[in-house]
Amino acid sequence: MFEMINLDPVLLARIQFAFTVSFHIIFPAFTIGLASWLAVVEGLWLKTGKNVYQEIYRMWIKVFAVAFGMGVVSGVVMSYQFGTNWSVFSDKVGNVIGPLLGYEVLTAFFLEASFLGIMLFGWGRVSKRMHFVATLIVAVGTLISAFWILAANSWMQTPQGFEIRSEGLLYPTNWMEIIFNPSFPYRFFHMLTAAYLTTAFCVGGVGAYFFLKKKFKEHAKVMMAMAMLMAFFVAPLQMLIGHAHGENTLHHQPIKVAAMEGNWEEGANIPLLLFALPNEETESNDYELKVPGLASWVLTGDVNGVVPGLKNVPADERPPVAIVFWSFRIMVGLGVLMILTGFMAAFLHWRKTLFTNILFHRWCLVMAPSGFIALLAGWFVTEVGRQPYTAYGVIKTAESISPVIAEQVAISLAAFVIVYSVIFGAGVYYMFKVFRKGPSLIGNDEKGYYDHSMEKSVAREVTKD
Amino acid sequence: MIDFSMWLDLPLIWGLLIATAVFLYVVLDGFDLGVGILFPFAPSNNCRSKMMNSIAPFWDGNETWLVLGGGGLFAAFPVAYAIIMPALYLPIIFMLMGLIFRGVAFEFRFKASKEKRWIWDAAFHFGSLLAAVMQGIILGNFIQGFEVTGRGYTGGPLDWANGFALLTGVALVFGYALLGATWLIYKTDDITQKWARLAAKYNVILVAFFMAVVSIATPFVDERIYKLWFTLPNFYYLLPIPLMAVSLFSIVVRDLNNPKREARPFLCSLGLFLLGYIGFGIGMYPWIVPFEFTIWDAAAVSTSQSILLIGTALFLPLILAYTAFCFWTFRGKSTHEAMY
Repeated sequence: MFEMINLDPVLLARIQFAFTVSFHIIFPAFTIGLASWLAVVEGLWLKTGKNVYQEIYRMWIKVFAVAFGMGVVSGVVMSYQFGTNWSVFSDKVGNVIGPLLGYEVLTAFFLEASFLGIMLFGWGRVSKRMHFVATLIVAVGTLISAFWILAANSWMQTPQGFEIRSEGLLYPTNWMEIIFNPSFPYRFFHMLTAAYLTTAFCVGGVGAYFFLKKKFKEHAKVMMAMAMLMAFFVAPLQMLIGHAHGENTLHHQPIKVAAMEGNWEEGANIPLLLFALPNEETESNDYELKVPGLASWVLTGDVNGVVPGLKNVPADERPPVAIVFWSFRIMVGLGVLMILTGFMAAFLHWRKTLFTNILFHRWCLVMAPSGFIALLAGWFVTEVGRQPYTAYGVIKTAESISPVIAEQVAISLAAFVIVYSVIFGAGVYYMFKVFRKGPSLIGNDEKGYYDHSMEKSVAREVTKD
Repeated sequence: MIDFSMWLDLPLIWGLLIATAVFLYVVLDGFDLGVGILFPFAPSNNCRSKMMNSIAPFWDGNETWLVLGGGGLFAAFPVAYAIIMPALYLPIIFMLMGLIFRGVAFEFRFKASKEKRWIWDAAFHFGSLLAAVMQGIILGNFIQGFEVTGRGYTGGPLDWANGFALLTGVALVFGYALLGATWLIYKTDDITQKWARLAAKYNVILVAFFMAVVSIATPFVDERIYKLWFTLPNFYYLLPIPLMAVSLFSIVVRDLNNPKREARPFLCSLGLFLLGYIGFGIGMYPWIVPFEFTIWDAAAVSTSQSILLIGTALFLPLILAYTAFCFWTFRGKSTHEAMY
């Protein structure tokens, strides 16, 4: 049956990579935020001794475990997919980004995996202090992991510190230039902040859900307050970091910025498009809704500033415009809503109705998945915007592909779609189950911590019989 | 740019490091994949919970060695990574699918209601089984070598599906099952341990049979391996390997009937894997893409191998230390309670 359909192996491999990496990034982003937050919550528990923190910790660690497990299994896939589907790319750039990924495994993956075991199963088995240390180590591990993978990704966006020699292979010339490439600091902080906001809105959403269900009010207060603190301070900060990241992109990847703005002709006084349908056939936009001069002003600080145009390069050097254009709008739009949510929360706090305003709680419930959507949209902007290159300006995507036939990729892609749909569905289902059940109340029993040790629970089980 | 190539044979060091990472992966994930393979045959649901709890704190760390193996190969021998991965495209994808199902089963099983638990029991078992078979197939194909032109794989998409690879695939399943069964003897008690002893008895016989068959078949796959083993005086140097294997087998068989021996069957099974692996390593040396690229041909530039060697020298001892700490923390017998 495959003869009848003309399958394009490059397109299939790209769809597969986009699908598997999009699926994967949701979970590390969530666990980066959750790990740091859980460390704070456990720290508060140890400091204050208040059971509400312990109960929140023990509820969310179940969610953390599911998210982490899905992140691990989908991450192993990524570490092999460079070879299975992008072998020519791997061969060419292995000298340069191979060591970065190697460092990620050595400095982060083992650390996370080992101490996760203690974090999840060490409750009551190790001392409280040791358990807190394990949580801290896992949190730090997620940040180290983000450091290396974003260094590698940023190098693909803004490659430097290498030279090309025989057979088109890349050779490193300066490791500091490779790791601290021009877009790396921006992408690193933009992503970390995104991970924290994603988690904050998710936590805030669950808090709002408890308020609306009129249960676990003390826990909901803590969750809502911490989430909105993050939204109030960090969401505006994220806008500033994102803006700086955009200026960096304007300098190093002007065509990506042209696609983000939907701007075809380079020129001064370029409008900001609120709505448009980019048309690659006519090399213009249909149905534009615009604010004059605003794009120029945002990007250059001057309404008469020059903004690059897509037509600066031939059509086969441009990224798919509509995807970049719309993903960017989704990301920024959600970012604005997050900032507004933070301000609303501050206002309600001042009116002393943050914990009682049902309308606001409903709004928080709606905003709960906003971080995930914004995050994915942001990655679509930067990754699709890098096309038609894998390493920007150095290696084209079409020249990066493995010598595997389209049928193989079609089979694996279909398998990934089915398998990931099943486990994603199950994962979300079990997370919601945890939310529905809510925290288990310990009461005022100070023995709480060690009472849940394996030995005790076995003893309890035995005496029951 | 730091470069140790003046003082060190970097490709050899990296070859040994990756071989070590792969070995640690095989035995560490081997025992937890083995537990998955044996899972449905356990006598009760409580037994199955105990089995799962005995590996739950470790599986994630164990699987990280697979990432180090893949990541290390990419970093230290990029062209080998670029040839082997496409050559084994479908087995690798299927292995990953298996690992996905069994990996999520750890989290989902204890969160599922009792009526739906069977779904994740099945995912855990069949995922483990699929991953084990595919790893065995990957091994079998590695021994046979790959069709290469220039710097890329040029064989067919289904070259991996052949009789010898199927043999190694089945062999590895029983090998992992033996590791899993002996691990359970060590980590469980009562009926679970009794049953694990029985499972180990069956599997030790099967492993002995398959190890013998694969050992005899391997030299006939490639002339070079044949010459290595069956020329004098090499034969005498290598003879201790099969002899030691035979003595380890006899220890395992005796210990399985001795209720006081809880740890030694597992340690001896690890020893059997080590011997098999050394035999395999000697046969394959110095190929990283048999029989096309040696470790020196395929090596990344020395500056890349050097920079990662610094990290490895610093972090590998640390990794081993906290992995040991983790195993120590969860020492003792496993329970059937949900642990958190």
